Formats: sequence, C-alpha cells, structure tokens
Amino acid sequence: MMVMDETPEHGAGKGVPRLELSGISKRFPGCLANDGVDLTLWPGEIHALLGENGAGKSTLVKIIYGVLKADAGGLRWQGQPTTINSPFQARQLGIGMVFQHFSLFDSLTVAENVALGLDRAGSMAELRPRVREVGQRYGLELEPDRVVHDLSVGERQRVEIVRCLMQDPRLLIMDEPTSVLTPQEAERLFETLRRLAGEGCSILYISHKLEEIRALCDAATVMRGGRVVAACDPRRESAHGLARLMIGEDFATASRDGGVELGEARLVVGGLSAPAAVPHGMPIDDISFQVAAGEILGIAGVAGNGQNTLLSALSGERSTAPASAIRINGHDAAGLGPRERRRLGLAFVPEERLGHGSVPEMSLADNALLTGYEREGLLKTGQILFGRTRDFAQRIVQSFQVVGGGVAADAGSLSGGNLQKFIIGRELLQNPGLLVVAHPTWGVDAGAAAAIHQALLDLARQGAAILLVSQDLDELLQIADRIAVLSNGHLSQCFATAEVEVERIGLLMGGLGHAVQPDESRAV
Amino acid sequence: MRFRLEARERPSRSLVYGTPVLAVALTMACGSVLFAALGHNPLAVLHAFFIQPIDSLYGLAELTVKATPLVLCAVGLALGFRANIWNIGAEGQLTLGAIAGGGLALWAGDDAGPWLLWAMMAAGLLGGGLWAAIPAYLKTRFNANEILTSLMLTYVAILLLSYLVHGPWKDPDGYSFPQTRMFADGGMLPVLLSGTRLHLGAPIALLAALAGWFVMSRMFIGFQIKVVGLTPAAAGFAGFSVRRLTWITLLAGGAMAGLAGLFEVAGPIGQLLPSISPGYGFTAIIVAFLGRLHPLGILIAGLFIALSYLGGETVQITLGLPLAVSGVFQGMLLFFLLAADVLVRYRPRWTTTTTAGAAVAGEAD
Amino acid sequence: METLAAVLVTVIGAATPLLFAALGELVSEKSGVLNLGVEGMMLVGAVCAFAAALTTGSPAAGILAGAAAGMLTALLFGVLTLSLLANQVASGLALTIFGVGISALIGRDFVGTPLPRLPLLEIPGLSDLPVVGRLLFGHDVLVYLSIAAVPAVIWLLDRSRTGLILRAVGENHEAAHALGHSVIVVRYLAVMFGGAMAGLGGAYLSLAHTPMWAENMTAGRGWIALALVVFATWRPGRVLLGAYLFGGVTVAQLHVQGFGVDIPSQILSMLPYLATIAVLVAISADSVRVRLNAPASLGRIFHPDS
Repeated sequence: MMVMDETPEHGAGKGVPRLELSGISKRFPGCLANDGVDLTLWPGEIHALLGENGAGKSTLVKIIYGVLKADAGGLRWQGQPTTINSPFQARQLGIGMVFQHFSLFDSLTVAENVALGLDRAGSMAELRPRVREVGQRYGLELEPDRVVHDLSVGERQRVEIVRCLMQDPRLLIMDEPTSVLTPQEAERLFETLRRLAGEGCSILYISHKLEEIRALCDAATVMRGGRVVAACDPRRESAHGLARLMIGEDFATASRDGGVELGEARLVVGGLSAPAAVPHGMPIDDISFQVAAGEILGIAGVAGNGQNTLLSALSGERSTAPASAIRINGHDAAGLGPRERRRLGLAFVPEERLGHGSVPEMSLADNALLTGYEREGLLKTGQILFGRTRDFAQRIVQSFQVVGGGVAADAGSLSGGNLQKFIIGRELLQNPGLLVVAHPTWGVDAGAAAAIHQALLDLARQGAAILLVSQDLDELLQIADRIAVLSNGHLSQCFATAEVEVERIGLLMGGLGHAVQPDESRAV
Repeated sequence: MRFRLEARERPSRSLVYGTPVLAVALTMACGSVLFAALGHNPLAVLHAFFIQPIDSLYGLAELTVKATPLVLCAVGLALGFRANIWNIGAEGQLTLGAIAGGGLALWAGDDAGPWLLWAMMAAGLLGGGLWAAIPAYLKTRFNANEILTSLMLTYVAILLLSYLVHGPWKDPDGYSFPQTRMFADGGMLPVLLSGTRLHLGAPIALLAALAGWFVMSRMFIGFQIKVVGLTPAAAGFAGFSVRRLTWITLLAGGAMAGLAGLFEVAGPIGQLLPSISPGYGFTAIIVAFLGRLHPLGILIAGLFIALSYLGGETVQITLGLPLAVSGVFQGMLLFFLLAADVLVRYRPRWTTTTTAGAAVAGEAD
Repeated sequence: METLAAVLVTVIGAATPLLFAALGELVSEKSGVLNLGVEGMMLVGAVCAFAAALTTGSPAAGILAGAAAGMLTALLFGVLTLSLLANQVASGLALTIFGVGISALIGRDFVGTPLPRLPLLEIPGLSDLPVVGRLLFGHDVLVYLSIAAVPAVIWLLDRSRTGLILRAVGENHEAAHALGHSVIVVRYLAVMFGGAMAGLGGAYLSLAHTPMWAENMTAGRGWIALALVVFATWRPGRVLLGAYLFGGVTVAQLHVQGFGVDIPSQILSMLPYLATIAVLVAISADSVRVRLNAPASLGRIFHPDS
C-alpha cells in the first residue's frame, strides 16, 4: 500500500500540474452551479473534491469531461490552455471518468460496454483478451462475454473502471464511487486507485464521505453552494473539521431520548418471497421480521440487493405476496393494494421523490391529495373538496417548513430537501400507525436531513412503528433501534443498534455474514 | 450562432393556450405557399376555405353538423390521451355505434314509437363501447398495445359495415346499390333549425363537452386520469388502478365515438352506407390535441377543424382542388402544434459559441 | 405444383412491402425512436415513386424517388421529435394523417393512370425451370433488395460499430451521451433509414404489386409493419419470418375465395387485421420477454441538458 508523503500543492519542482481550472462558472436555469471555481491537480495525486449534494461537484467534473460547457473560466491541461468540447476530446487528452450512476448498457456484454467507451475499439476478438489483461493487472477481474444485467453492482463498477483504464488515462475522475459498495469492496477499490496513482495517474475523487477521503486522498478541495470554500490536506484535518468546511455551520443533529416503550407488533412479515419488481431487479427470498409500535427498524444494504422488491411488496404496488406473509396492524394485508393498506394505517415514503412519491407537474395541493384523499376526507361523492385539500397542503407546508412557492407551486419546482420534507410531512400528518420509509435523506441537504430524522424519531415516540430502508449506514446507526441487513435478496437477523459492530454490518452488506476477515489477498 | 433549447423552470401557462393560435397562423401561411405553388391565388383560396363556408346561416349550421362528431369523439379520446391510453380506433368505434344504432332502426321498422331514437342512442353508445372494450381487454389482460389493436379493429369495423350494406342489410328496393333502407321518421334526429341540417346531436355534443370538463376538473376520477398520464409510478403508489382507468377511458371514448356514429346515420345520412364518415374518428385526434386535451378547448378546435372540412369541399367545388387538401391542412396543423409545443417547456436560445463548438453541435441540439 | 408456386409468388408480393417497412421501423426503434408514421411514409413513398417512374419512364428513378420521399417525411418526423422534443406517439399519428393527405394531393392527377410493372430480372435458363424457376428467379429488383436487406441489417446491428452505438443509444441514451456518442445524430440517421425503407415498401406497392396509384393504397400495411416489429421482438430474422407469414395470410384470403368457399369477401379481408391482433396478443402476453427485448429508451425524449 502506497501513500504519498509530499503534499503536492506545495510540491515545487514537480513540473507542470496535470490540470488547472481557473474561474469556472456554469449557470443552470434558476441556479448558479459553479461560481468561479479554481482547482489544481498534480500528477500522481489523489485529489478529493468534497461537498454536499448540490454543492456543484458533479457539474464541475462534467465540465472537465466535456459533457457540459462552462459559461466562463479557463482550463489548462499539462500546462497548455485547452477547451474540452466533448467526452471524445476529453478521452483523447487522457481523461477518463467513472460515473456515479453507471453509464452502462444493461442488455450489452461487458466487452461491448467497454468498446462503447473507446474511440478506436478494434474488433471484439481483439478486445476480449485486453479486457481480461487490464482487469487482472489492477485486480478488476471481468468476464468479457457476460451481459451487464447479470453483474453485481461492484462488478458493474469494475466495467466502468476497466473501460477508462483501457486508454491509459492521465486523469481518472471518480464520481462517488463507493456510494454503492460495501466497505470491503470499497477497500479493494482504494487499492486499485493507489496503484494507479503510484503509476503517475492523477485521480479526482468526488465524495462526501469524510473518513474515506482522509484515508485515501493527498489533497482536498471543498465546495459549497457552487464555490470553492477551502483547499486542504485531508490527512491533517479531523473528520469534524472537514464536515464543518463542507456544511459551513454546525447543524443540529437529531436527538433521541432513550427508554423506548415497545407496543404491539404493527408490521409482521413472515416468509415473504417475491420476484423482482423490475427487469434485471433482485428477487427477495423468505424474508421475516417484525416492527413494533414505538420502534424504528433499519434495513441496511447496498442498493440493488432487493430493496425495491421488498418496498413494492410492502407498499402493495405489486401484491403477489402469499397469504398472511404481510400483516399490518393484525390484519392480513398480503392481497391488498396500496389504498386498502393505507386504510389499515400504513403510510409509505418511496425512494424516488419525483415521479413516484409526487407528480412533478402538479401543485403541492394536488400532491397532498395524492395520498391524503381518504384518511384526510378530501372527497365527497367522487368530487374533490378543493378547500380542504388546500388546507391539508397548507398544514404540511407550515408544520414541516417547506420553502418554495406555497401550495400552488409545482412539486417539481421545489428543491430536493423541501420536496422530501413535504412528502414525509404528508405521510406523517395522516397519523399513520406504521410508516415505511425508503432512503429519506438521499440527496437532501444537512439541515433538511436533520429535520427529517427528528420527525421520524418524534413519530416513533408517539407510538408509530417505522421501517427505515436506507443505504446510509450512518443514518441507520443514528436513528434506528434495531438493524437488519438485506443482501442478495436475503435478510439477516436483527441487531440492536446499541450493541452491533459496524464491521459485522459491513460484512453482511457484502454478503459475507459468516466470514471474519475480508479477503484482501485478491485485491493486490 | 447556433440554436439550442433551454428548459424552463416551469411550463409556460400562457403558451399552453398560445401555441394553438400560433400553429393555426403557421398552417395558414404554409397553406398559402402551397396554393401559390399549385398556381392559385392564396388569398382567394383562404377566403374560399375559411370564410365562404360560413357566410350564411346554413353554412354555420353545417359547421355545427360537422363539428358534432368531431367534438364527441375528441372529448372521449382526450380522456384516454390524458391517461396515456392511445385509443386511435375512434373511427371503428364510430362505425360500430352506427351499425348498432342503425341496425336497431332497421329492425324496428316504420311503426316504432318515440322510444326508438333513445334506444338507438343507447345502442350507439353500447356498440362503440363494446368495440373499445376489445382493446381494453387485450391491454389489461395480455398487455397488447392499444394503438395497434384499436387501429386494426377500425379496418375490421369498416369491412363489417361494408359486408352488412352489401349483404344482409341491403335495401331490396335500392336498385342493388350498397345501402340500407332509409330510417323511419322515429329513428331520425329532429332538426332544430328548419332549412338547415342542424340536429339534436349538436346540443348533446355540447353537453358531453361540459360533462367532460366537469369530470376532468372537479371529479377525483379525472384527477386519477391526470396522475396516471403524468406519472404512472405515482398513480400506483397512490393506489389508483391503472387497469381500471384503462377500462374507464377506453369505454368512455368508445361510447362517445359510437354515439357520434349514430348521430351521423340518424342525422345527416338517414341510412347505413359503406362509408359513413370522412375520417372523423382520425381527425378527432387532431381536434383533441388542438384543444389541449381540454374539453372546452376541444369545442373550439372541433369547430375550427369542421371548418377545414367545409373549406375543403368549397375549394373542391369552386377551385377544383382535391378534397385531400383538408387532410393536408389538418396534418400540417398538428405538425405545427406539436412543434410549437416545445416552447411551452423550453426556451429557444441562439447562442454565440466562442469556443469551437462544432464537435458537440450535433449532439447538443 | 405450378399452382402452389404461383401462390407462393403472390405471397412474396404481399410480404415485400411489409418486410421493407418493418425492417426500417426496427432500426428506428432499436435507436429508441418509435415512429408510428410508417403508413404515412409508405404512402408518400408510393405516390412519389409512381410519379417519378411515370414522368421519367425510368423504374430506377421511381425507386429512388420513393426512398427519398420516405426519407424526407421521416426527416420531418425527426425534426419534430428529436430537435423539437415533441411526443413521438402524437408526431407519428400526425405524420400518418399528413401523409394520407399530401399523397392524395400529389397523386390527384395519377389516379387511374396505368404504369408498366417493374421489370422482372429474368435469368435465362434458371427462371424457366419448373416450379423453383418462378419461385426463386425472376422477381423484380425490389424483392431481392428486401431480402438482402435482412442480413445487411443483422450485420449492421450486431457486427458493426455503428450498430453497437445505435443499440447503446436505444438502450440508455443518457449513458451514450455521457460517453460522447451523438444520440441525436444516431437517431436522425436511424429514423431516416426507417423512412427510406418505408418509402421503398410504398414504391413496391405502386410500381410492382399493383402498378398504379390509388388513394390510401397501403390499406393499413404500415400499421401491420409496426405490429411485425413487436412480433419479431426486435430481431431482423424474425421480421422476415413475420412478413412472409402475413403475406401468406393475405394471399390465403384471396385464394380461399378462388376455391369456391362461400364466405363474403369482406369477412375474409378482415383476416390480416385479425391475425395482427392475434399475433400481437400472443407476443405481448409474455410481458417479461417483450420488456427484455424492447429497447429500454423506446419512445423517450432525449434532451442533453436534463
């Protein structure tokens, strides 16, 4: 394992920087995504680009990669002023990028996917051995003829990385690469990246995970609200110090007062199996758990391990569950649709805010009607009671401090955090006995996240049962009473949060529940 | 300089209603060029097309007669289009409505009481509805694309009508013309304005549009239709049954088209013929879009498109242009409308590219 | 045997326009564009091919004009859906309505005018062989072209880099854009290829199948071609099979009458349409299979900034 000793930004005599950005600005309708951003990257450096969701990191790297065009500012590549007009040109220069949401094609093979990222791919027959060879050199083993939709998330990321490495990049951009990986997979990725940096490749590493950055990176640039707010050596900063730079202020964290009084079981799932909800999705197999009134049960796991299947089985959107596999408030809910389950006291917050939890083109009032129509009495003989609907939406906006245009504003015009507060508020104000909530703070700013966590804790204290499905382990450790791990469609046993070791959860997330040590030998 | 589209923060509400006007203007401009190319004075053609047909009371009544089936079909289709149910077989449903209602009139003979007309209307609704029930069943049960099934059924319906009027229902005293007997008076829609062909169907179409408006803007079922169309996943999450809405919108659309067909044969035509509609069911698709899928907009659009039919007939008679001019006009209008609609959600921008933008010009626009 | 061969020759005639149009639509859909205007493009292709062949006296000019006219109408659709981001379903319907009207307008002076049939490519010796002679040799150039187009499209999609990019664009246009592939350019090309093929299908109708022009002479073949693409689950080889199957149904319907079966002609004429519905139902019922084969971006609008 190689860690560079010098701090490269002071590294006089290291020659020219690989990449220099000065004064990069980019405006989108309604927001200034990048505002005069400066950044310098040295050869062999692993440089963190740190910031919350919406800080402008993704926009910046898309500009570097030629996907977006800056409105203003300059770029030097190896000392030469350059404009990058397309990803094609970026690759010609030696810039490779691994996207946060993979730019892979599910129905194509690994080799075809790699070929699409190369400008001169040659024949498939030549490409296959090269894919294998590059994969072996960097610990990224892949079978070129497998179709991508059969691959695990970690394997898919390997395809992306191999695709970049095939063209000997001088700069590799990684956009939140570990957000979909288990801790063990992430450690393996770090080995690969250190090895690449050791060979002189620069790496721009985008993340909001502080510990990871402190362990991996030589330099860090911190962004907030589209601007660079700090440049530092992350190894010399504490995690708390980095967090303060990233968030800009100390924010209130959700507080919980102990002594949870558990009531009767509100949600009882027994032997639930279901086929995948979407093509290429993950089926779930023989899942059993209970959530009691007054507690929050957290379901951890890397995305794509059956969460969507479990969630759609619980919401009733796909009611294929065998009889009695799902009981809500003591009633058999297996054969019921979403409407009937809501009558039994279930409220549901889906993963996708826009397009699942809300209709972007409709007003907040209409979106309040979307799930509140029955429990809030917003209908009369098939007609909509518009006054009552507006009042209900108004109560949500006020109780949850939803900022942005009032109840007549379109849901799609709200920021992610405000829309999420609205959706959670809409479900909470209906006084559910049971709340199933998926990834409630994904892509939400820290202030809104804290407010959402507090609201969930308050709801549990008032005696509701909450099932919290999240990829964010920190979130689960912070507010869940018990945690179980969903991996490969199977659910582990439940652990009390206060007693569980994070290492154990990490192993379960990687599907290695029985192993004591991660197998590190393969990564070298 | 190059052209690009920039997403608006929110759709422009004023342009939603402005683009149909823009589309009409562009169509007229393009039409003028077309007529000039064909060697006619564009102004004379436009006058003959848009003014001459309605410069008399009789002309205005004819406009209403033509608009009636268009509005009825389009209001029904719009319900489905709002929910992303693409029933394009209204022509077939219209034909089946005419067959069902007309068949009843032929069966009842000359001595039927005043109940006959109402029974015919019910039969028309039922016939169109049943014809639309087939795509509804095939879609909800087998996931078969309703665009293709409803269209194929249109060909089947037209062939069925052709078979009936050539075969079993042919008028024995009709000198072997392919047509049925004329309906008895009790099976004919009363004329509302003597000296014209304005019939009872027109006010019923108006009522249908008002009812459509009430359903879409005041009723929960209309809200559900809108949600399914905009965001199917959110509809599933809210517990709205897509299957149920598919049935409702297809049945409603089919029934209204069937009623339109019945009005044609019990109104202006008075018997069953091999061809009872100049494509009203297809043209209603244009009417629905031009009216912004809004029942009241459809009323206006229906009158305008009806004018394009009358105009086509007028220019055929006075200038010797083919009837197909109406279709060209209607197609162009829909093109321009769809093209102009981009302005509702996007803002056109002409940007001067300071950098070498050629490499991405192709993909960015 | 000779009768059978004669029947099979008419099957080829009925299948060829479907094969052209469906292959073109398949390529268009593989790139993610659902063009419901096939019927309109075929009609415009048919009338332009007829007009060009009649006025120049050259069948080759007719064929080229048919393809070019189909391509131009497809370009119109491309501008609407790709550059102006209009709904593909509505734009396709508009294209058909427009195509019906404009073809009737262009063809108003040609109705009832006869035209010599597209010449058959007789191969001395071979074409005179009993049975197989007429069946395999001695068709017109468009028949051979339509069949040759099948392996060509297979090669294009499965073996060429262009085809790989085209499939990638149809599968996930955001990812293809992020990798630097020109989604819009690829789709324009695919749509125009689809238009040219539909135009050739139309040209076959007005130059060879029934060498004349009549309003609406496609009689729903464009829509049947659309159904064939679903039937074929987006595979060119199966489009060939499907087109000949449908050609067979159409011809069978004519011959049943010839054999003295007493069924009214209108009822028999319903057969191809009913068969289309039946096939569509049979394929669509297996929704998983359709979803796995359908291009994932089919019908979705692409805007690079969003």
